[in-house]
Amino acid sequence: MTEQQRIKPRRSLGAVLLEFLGSMNLAITLLMVIAVASVIGTVLQQNEPYNNYVMKFGPFWFEVYRSLSLYDVYGATWFMLLLGFLLVSTSVCVYRNAPAIMRDMRQFRLDVQSKSLRAFHHQDEWQSGQDKDQVLQHARQRLEKLGYRTRTKQHADHITLAGMKGSVSRLGYLLSHVAIVVICIGGLIDGNIMVRIGEWRGDIVAETRDIPVSQVPSQSILPPENPAFRGSVNIPEGARANFIFLSMRDGYLVQNLPFTIELEEFRIEHYPSGQPKSYESTLLIHDPELDEPQRRVIAVNHPLIYKGHAIYQASFSDGGSILDLTGWSLDRPELGPQPIRAREHPDQPLLEGRMPEVGSQLQLNTPRGPYTLELSDFQLFNIFPNEDEPVEGVRHSPYRNYGPSMTFKLRSAAGDAREYINYQAPIRLDGRYYFLSGMRSNPNEDYRYLHIPVDQNGSIEGFMKFLALARDRELVQAVAKRHAEIEMGLDNDPEMLEQFSRSVANLVRVFVEEGVDVIVEQTERTVPEGERANLLSTYIGMIQSILGTLYLDMLSQEGLVGDEISEQQANFFDDTMQAMTLIPAYDAPLYLVLNSFEHVEASGLQITKAPGENIVYLGSLMLMLGILFMFYIHHRRLWVMVREEGGKTQILFAASGHRQRNDFDREFAFLKDDLRQRTDAQPDSK
Amino acid sequence: MSVTREELENEFDRPPFLKRLSPYDWVWAALVVIGTVYAFMYYREHMGIYEEVILFGTGISLLAFGWLWKPMRHFSLVVAVVSLFGISLYGTDLANAESSFFLKYLISSQSAIIWMSALFVMATLAYYFSLATGSAFSGKLGTALTWIATVMGAVGLMVRWRETHLSGVDMGYIPVSNLYEVFVLFAVMTAMMYLHYERSFKNRAMGAFVSTVITASVAFLMWYSYTRGAHEIQPLVPALQSWWMKIHVPANFIGYGGFSIAAMMGVAYLLSARWPQSLMARRLPSLEAMDEMMYRAVAIGFAFFTLATILGAMWAAEAWGGYWSWDPKETWALIVWLNYAAWLHLRLTKGWRGGVLAWWAVVGLFITLFAFLGVNIFLSGLHSYGTL
Repeated sequence: MTEQQRIKPRRSLGAVLLEFLGSMNLAITLLMVIAVASVIGTVLQQNEPYNNYVMKFGPFWFEVYRSLSLYDVYGATWFMLLLGFLLVSTSVCVYRNAPAIMRDMRQFRLDVQSKSLRAFHHQDEWQSGQDKDQVLQHARQRLEKLGYRTRTKQHADHITLAGMKGSVSRLGYLLSHVAIVVICIGGLIDGNIMVRIGEWRGDIVAETRDIPVSQVPSQSILPPENPAFRGSVNIPEGARANFIFLSMRDGYLVQNLPFTIELEEFRIEHYPSGQPKSYESTLLIHDPELDEPQRRVIAVNHPLIYKGHAIYQASFSDGGSILDLTGWSLDRPELGPQPIRAREHPDQPLLEGRMPEVGSQLQLNTPRGPYTLELSDFQLFNIFPNEDEPVEGVRHSPYRNYGPSMTFKLRSAAGDAREYINYQAPIRLDGRYYFLSGMRSNPNEDYRYLHIPVDQNGSIEGFMKFLALARDRELVQAVAKRHAEIEMGLDNDPEMLEQFSRSVANLVRVFVEEGVDVIVEQTERTVPEGERANLLSTYIGMIQSILGTLYLDMLSQEGLVGDEISEQQANFFDDTMQAMTLIPAYDAPLYLVLNSFEHVEASGLQITKAPGENIVYLGSLMLMLGILFMFYIHHRRLWVMVREEGGKTQILFAASGHRQRNDFDREFAFLKDDLRQRTDAQPDSK
Repeated sequence: MSVTREELENEFDRPPFLKRLSPYDWVWAALVVIGTVYAFMYYREHMGIYEEVILFGTGISLLAFGWLWKPMRHFSLVVAVVSLFGISLYGTDLANAESSFFLKYLISSQSAIIWMSALFVMATLAYYFSLATGSAFSGKLGTALTWIATVMGAVGLMVRWRETHLSGVDMGYIPVSNLYEVFVLFAVMTAMMYLHYERSFKNRAMGAFVSTVITASVAFLMWYSYTRGAHEIQPLVPALQSWWMKIHVPANFIGYGGFSIAAMMGVAYLLSARWPQSLMARRLPSLEAMDEMMYRAVAIGFAFFTLATILGAMWAAEAWGGYWSWDPKETWALIVWLNYAAWLHLRLTKGWRGGVLAWWAVVGLFITLFAFLGVNIFLSGLHSYGTL
């Protein structure tokens, strides 16, 4: 943009405004202001649910930021205005400078005055004995050899030869600046201008409630004719959709499509390490205009373009896998496994209910009171690095599949929730097998795992049966009494026996129901520090031997105990004790067992209609060409002015060029010396 | 400047470009053509149409590049020979990296990259010694070391490309997919651009400045590799499995390289302007020349950065469902672009030179650095392939 200083006595307001809008200073200021404003949206996460912002900033600052549209900076009116300003400024620049540039590209400036030429940085004058035509011929020949186009003009007392090359460099200016305008227009076409106008007029209102699409009011539904949009939809396998959701600040709009998409199948492929290798969806496009549905496969980086709509594989999730679950009450394991079913109404018999699907919520009545079960996710497999020691002779795989898992929350009537992840299949750890369940009380924590030992039948029942026995207070007291009689010889002191067995039974109860931590706490409260460790180990020993006796009783009842208990049985007891110490912290009314499942996936599609895309690409092409022309082609002009004077020819040689001074210096110097030599420059001349 | 008749004649009466090429030029060109065609025939069934276009585009660019900038011929030949040697040592088993002497200590990708790093550090020391003492030998040593380091870096990337294919079925990818790989690319690109300027400006004193940036990136690379095991080859996430990566990422790093060189020229300029009588200022090119070089570096950086951003937008339109999403990486690319656009306007249309622009170029490097690294470290978004 060349700044043209035109001094006029009086200028209209329009002219002043035009000059301001087209000024270089405004343009540079705008570039920097937009750059700084853009930073905001990268530092502050955009378009999150408003609650997150309230939590982050507090109600006061939340309001302040909201009124500045900082949660959607790039859609904010003030940001649009900034971009609009840049657009206007660039347009005015082009408008003001284009005529001069076009002239500059065509004109050779043959009427230039010798005075101006002498003012150039690159200029030289000398005298030649050759006549002027000869001189001009030399000059023209040399200039053209270097790629200059030349023109000559006869003036009253002199002839001017003007050469020019690289004028396309000036075109670069025009191209690159028009390109910005073109790109902005393309972007504007693809922006949500229509929706914003609708919102401003009150015809369109974003929906903020989480309701089925069929209940969304018409003011939040956009017709398929909407010229440009970008949104997404999740479609479970076997289901179809003819709409997508456009997110609008803290809400959404429903955009209807002129066709229906059915998800036939979603597929993930994995690398051996478990990382995803590809996501693919097989879609069926149903369109009244089609004779039969079109079957198309899309994958990441391979979208489908249908009727100007680009359909992308954007994400995936569980599409409502059906889970066959049973629940063991951890308070009353003796009740056995209860099927978990979704019932239409509370009086419906349990077994007549449906199996629940992922994504649903169920009301459960547990011995601990009513709970809500929220089934949040299901994973078909879980591949993690294999931490096992390699075994000789067995091929050691660096990865291990832990099998299917489900994630769920249990929410109490008071609203407290814990999140759990349960693996379906037993997991082998150090040669023993466990049912694994992780628990956390908020999503930022890691899961802490409960390892429930698998019994000799490969089932969880052995553990639950023992847990039921351990929670049976009468039974425990009986065992404690027997224990006291045999081990401590208290059989001839009934009162002492009663008291002792009762307090031992109580100790076991606290251990089983409230956890070992409570025992430790109580001890810390009531016993002097020096004696605590001793007493605690006595307590633990006592609990272990009571429960151990209970375990032996259980085994002998089942007819499973020989002369000595097997290593496997001993391990089972140790693991059971470990698990029981963790159950109070596990804090669940139920232990959920995943018996079987029917896997249903959902594919997340992003659908874009962007008619301005090719305009943006055209602008980009212009921008690229413009930049290359401007940077790498140099506009250069040369003049040779000859005048006859006293039988000699006076030669004035001058040049002007943009940028790349080194290069140009060299070229000028070469040409100058060359011309001097060819025209036999006379030594006395300057 | 006095010019001899002979030089002038040379300037004017040069034969056409093609006739000026030496037999070596032609032999080299034949090798490039053979290599390209061989790659095409050999890998044809694994390539899509765009990959074929990129392959031939690369061949043609290499040809033009080597003819216009002669050192490229030697460079490409050495890199090709050493890389092919490394690849042949691997055969089809990645485990050969442990048993083959050459792979283990020299040209497996990780070894080559460690060599590259060490050589860049040595080159930096040589350049500094040369700047401090004026030793011409040390300067030449710096250049030589930089060349060898560049070769090792390029070999490292080439061999790594093969290693990715040996890592597992369908794993192979061009190694410009994560921070570790692109840092190597950055060091190689920046060094080559610098070597080009060094030749055309005939001055080695600038080497100390530019190699400082390269050494900094190498330090990061080593830290990243040793503490995070970043050199381990991981499979490519689906979003990156695209031929766009082959052009988008390298174009970006020519841009970053140009901006880095401009910033270091800015530093050299500012120091020289502050202490014009110092030995350093006398060894560095004139202020005008450095200003010129700064401009050229910004210009080439800007051109390629623009190209990379456009290519990125087109890729985004194919992978993310829109050419512009105001994703943090995109937005920061725009910020960098706006910044240098302002710089260029100041220089080209307002005619500014020198100090302010030098400062601006230095600040520009920090903005660029944030766009390149900071976004990955501090911000989340779609473009989170190179997380720390």
